[in-house]
Amino acid sequence: MAEIIVEEKGKGGRKKPKKLAPHIDMTPMVDLMCLLITFFMLTTAFSKAKIMEIVLPEKLQNPQEAPKIVASRTVNIILGPENKVYTYPGTVKPEEYSAVPPILPPLRETDFSATGIRQLLLERNRTLAKRIQDFTNDVLSGKIAISQDSMQGAIRKLKSDDDTGPIVLIKAYKLANYGNFVDILDEMNICGIARYTFVDIAWYEERMVEREAGITPGTTTGSTN
Amino acid sequence: MPKIKLPTKSPRIDMTPMVDTFAVVLTFLMLTTTMRQPEPATVETPFSISEKPTPDFNTMTFLLSPDDKIFINFDNGPDTAYKFRPKVLTAMGNRYGIEFTEEELREFEKYPSSIGLPIQKMKEFLGTRENTVRNALQTGIPVDSTDNQLAMWILYIRQENPNVQASIKGDTKTGFPIVKKTLDILQERNVHRFNLVTSLEATKINLDEIQQQ
Repeated sequence: MAEIIVEEKGKGGRKKPKKLAPHIDMTPMVDLMCLLITFFMLTTAFSKAKIMEIVLPEKLQNPQEAPKIVASRTVNIILGPENKVYTYPGTVKPEEYSAVPPILPPLRETDFSATGIRQLLLERNRTLAKRIQDFTNDVLSGKIAISQDSMQGAIRKLKSDDDTGPIVLIKAYKLANYGNFVDILDEMNICGIARYTFVDIAWYEERMVEREAGITPGTTTGSTN
Repeated sequence: MPKIKLPTKSPRIDMTPMVDTFAVVLTFLMLTTTMRQPEPATVETPFSISEKPTPDFNTMTFLLSPDDKIFINFDNGPDTAYKFRPKVLTAMGNRYGIEFTEEELREFEKYPSSIGLPIQKMKEFLGTRENTVRNALQTGIPVDSTDNQLAMWILYIRQENPNVQASIKGDTKTGFPIVKKTLDILQERNVHRFNLVTSLEATKINLDEIQQQ
């Protein structure tokens, strides 16, 4: 492959001094192949994107049928403008938000850093998060012999048995972005929250965010006063 | 003492085996690789800790660009044995009174990337091969309540392939209203399970630290 053997002419002409078979320098070819291999290896290995699954609740025809949840365990998270996160516990009762002027609970402003929303969630979800972490550590250190699939199942079981952790309702103000949405769902997975869902934002919650962030109600551009 | 005669020829390394191996590896990589399709809009996906890989087939992907356009992509994996792209386009054509020729259907089947344009412009889009013209036509799929073509696409895709999974691929900076709109349309069509396309970023939490504070 590396050499091309040239047949020497036997007859005719003067006798030339014997030539060596010409060698083809393959270095550029090898260089090029190296480059191509590197390129292909990089593109194949990293082009695979990851996915995060989310299941949303069915839209109810009748709002009266909405499942009742314990107010003391409820944590409302509202994604606000400029990557801010607002939270408030419990619910706002109909007589409170329909009063004139509406009586609205104060919002707690936080962010997506490790000391922000994550800490707040972990404080509420400490028991379950600890249990999941201990279980995972036991599996990793070999104390519990279990396959990857049954490990996921066991974690799910731990989550569904839990009755102390928060019930998180995620809502998004219109000036939030998609990155915030993925971030907050990611935080749910990181903190091992058993019960969370994404729901529509109520009008009074929009008012609460606007009051907190200093946005004039009704504006969509997000300009501050 | 016998004299050792050194060969005068310069030493040559025989590269043949190396070249052979390289050629094999290169061929293998070229055959197995699935090239990243150029998307009509550049999208920077957000990060998450999820390690689940994207499914290869039975997918419909909604691409939400930062300038609030919606693109859709379906039947675009290695599993194209069941080709339903032309069927969906025929159904869409019937719905909007446009008849697509055999050639246009084939062109649509071959088009490797997401599409995001009103169905009325589809003929023009499939008729040209100029990328600049095509990109100019990609203005996003209409989602108004009066002309909700995205809902129709979803309807016909799911009719042709009931096993299809919905994935949403959005840019970090995509505004939330358009995401909400897509989710709402999907939920109206009884799709409740979504895959959000993300990039991997490992995060570790320290519970003990939290408890001390």
